[in-house]
Amino acid sequence: MKGLLSFKHGVHPPENKDITSGMASRRFPFPDEIVLPLSQHIGTPAEALVSPGDRVERGDVVAKAAGFISSAVHATAAGTVKSIELWPHPSGAMVPSIRIDVDPNSTQMRRPRSVPRWQDVKDEDLSKEIARAGIVGLGGAAFPSHVKMNPPKDQPVELLLINGCECEPYLTSDHRTMLEHPDDVYTGIRIALKALGITRAVIGIEANKPDAIEIMRKTAPDDLDVTIQPLEVKYPQGAEKMLIKAVMGREVPSGALPSAIGAIVQNVATAANVAVAFETGQPLIERIITVTGRGIKKPGNWVIPFGTRLRDVIEHCGGFTDDAAEIVFGGPMMGLGQANLDVPILKATGGILVLSKDECKRQDIMPCIRCGKCLEACPVFLNPQLMGQLAKAERYEELADEAHLADCMLCGSCSFVCPSNIPLSQMFTAARTQMKRLATS
Amino acid sequence: MTNSRIKITASPHVRDADSTIRIMWSVVMSLVPVIAASIWFFGPSAVLVILASVAGCLITERLFGSQRNSLADGSAMITGLLLGLTLPPGFPLWMAFLGGGFGMAFGKIIYGGLGQNIFNPALVGRAFLQAAFPVAITTWPAKSEHWWSLQGDNFALPFMSPVVDTATSATPLGNLKFGDDPVVTPVLDLFLGTTGGSLGETSAILILLGGLYLAWRGHLNWHIPLSIFVSTFVVSGLFYALGISQFPPLFMLFSGGMMLGAFYMATDMVTSPLTNKGCWLFGFGIGFLVVIIRVWGGLPEGVMYAILLMNALVPFINRATQPRLFGTSAKDKKKEDKKKEAES
Repeated sequence: MKGLLSFKHGVHPPENKDITSGMASRRFPFPDEIVLPLSQHIGTPAEALVSPGDRVERGDVVAKAAGFISSAVHATAAGTVKSIELWPHPSGAMVPSIRIDVDPNSTQMRRPRSVPRWQDVKDEDLSKEIARAGIVGLGGAAFPSHVKMNPPKDQPVELLLINGCECEPYLTSDHRTMLEHPDDVYTGIRIALKALGITRAVIGIEANKPDAIEIMRKTAPDDLDVTIQPLEVKYPQGAEKMLIKAVMGREVPSGALPSAIGAIVQNVATAANVAVAFETGQPLIERIITVTGRGIKKPGNWVIPFGTRLRDVIEHCGGFTDDAAEIVFGGPMMGLGQANLDVPILKATGGILVLSKDECKRQDIMPCIRCGKCLEACPVFLNPQLMGQLAKAERYEELADEAHLADCMLCGSCSFVCPSNIPLSQMFTAARTQMKRLATS
Repeated sequence: MTNSRIKITASPHVRDADSTIRIMWSVVMSLVPVIAASIWFFGPSAVLVILASVAGCLITERLFGSQRNSLADGSAMITGLLLGLTLPPGFPLWMAFLGGGFGMAFGKIIYGGLGQNIFNPALVGRAFLQAAFPVAITTWPAKSEHWWSLQGDNFALPFMSPVVDTATSATPLGNLKFGDDPVVTPVLDLFLGTTGGSLGETSAILILLGGLYLAWRGHLNWHIPLSIFVSTFVVSGLFYALGISQFPPLFMLFSGGMMLGAFYMATDMVTSPLTNKGCWLFGFGIGFLVVIIRVWGGLPEGVMYAILLMNALVPFINRATQPRLFGTSAKDKKKEDKKKEAES
């Protein structure tokens, strides 16, 4: 693995991808009920366009974007709107959500939607179509994709970086996307290049997916200026800044966006879904999701409609094993813990992880022994040891000004390596929340 | 609906298997061969002195340690073993016990326990013994005829002067520095440990192996011993070449407490710098001070004071070697440091 491009520092959590990496994705059955939160993305929540009693077809817009940094929501199954009410959200909050009783007699054919040929759309109008399809970044952050396609005018973009790293352990949904839909990925790249007005793209893939690297190389169109770049297997290789550092050898300035050094990063699954939206007219209503971990009886990769409740997924995957202990939306390093089985799957949910007791066991928290392992792990060169002390003492001003809390990506590498099991990234998350609260009060 | 078996925790949901407790006990395990060698060379006296020092540490930690269950983390055990290994074989047991207790209490517990101390507790204990019992701690009895006989007066009563009825022998360092007929002990003897000296100071090869094992497991920052060796070798080599000192550089490396200090004392995670850059500075400082003390000091050995002095500088080293934030240049960092200085 040495000699491959990468970034400095980082950690090597056990990969555990072999549980599902060889399993082709299958279509998940439509559940009885779908719950679509109006907030599935970073930005302003969407505005509901339907009322209780309305009949909706699969693919209909049910909520429109409220402002530029927002995203539309589409019905992911045909049925009748039951209510719009506060519903448990994977973030832990109660969020206004559209509940739809799925019509058991419907064929679930998508309502046809007219979309122009992407080749005929003016470059600057492509992002409008992307917004219309409700596409957000599927790598985890769920940032509305059309915003990324409109970088600031004073920062010329040179390179489109397609993120196929999937550095989170266990997850294999991006891996399956590359294996099963390489042509969609390439069409998505063409559309993004056209929207950005550039010609060059690089696909970064961690070296633990040789089959994906091979397939992407084999299917690469001759007329496209694209390089498939294998990368060292190291967490968090898929973080935007780390991927850019590995491929371009440059650091995104502290506090700036990748466009500041001429790069735009897009996840492979996002690219594939942009292609699907243009080629078939299907908006973002479903995606490949990895259901895995040693706490679930039948792991696999599934194409699941958004809004399917966690309960239905667990049930369909054989239920919990006897030693199931934690449920996580996303990967084990940055994913969100869940306990309420009513929460729905969101656009950015790339994986549902059910960890067994052994997989997520933690030892007691011990005093910090100043071993410095957290400094050696931090991919953005912070001093988590000092930050932990400052956070504990609630010295927020120093934490922000001198310890650069804002530069922390909350990737969890420091917590992962800490031999004393100090929950560093959890403390930093809490400190940020507390600082926001103090600032507004 | 919730499922009662399911816990919610914050990310990351998986953790590295290495733990502080595991690190501590692996250090203890790596010391086993060194202890065995000291028993091989010095007989039952070695066992007694090490046991007395360990007992002093464990009892003090148990009685006064603030953390619940603090014996289980193994750190008091390490302090006891390391202190024991720095003592001469004929050392009175009550002194060894007292040294362990002092090191634990004033080297660690009063700072707040594990992770809070500035100085290596084993060396604090030894410094105390050096100050309180300068004669006993520098008395190396000549090797006794039989393996099973005691090396000197281990059972001296508290506050009575120990009786040394056997002839004393000099350590290689003492011999070279203060001997009437100075000789440079061959490096091979030092390496294997067939010389006089404190319990764990004589067998360089076993300490080296233990240290390499710990470095391989990631339980020891190899930058520290390496930088100590490099700076000791270079500085003493320079002085030797200029004819200022009578210590050849290789002799410097393998004699006295150099190996034990470099691999086990200086690398104490709590009392060494956070960054690798800091560890290099720290190690260079120790090597330099060792040579200075050995050549010009009033003592034959300088490893202990060199490490303690550098321990005191660790907070400053940490401050001076803060990592450069990702996405900023070295220039930005200098500017920021200056701003901070101006503010404070």
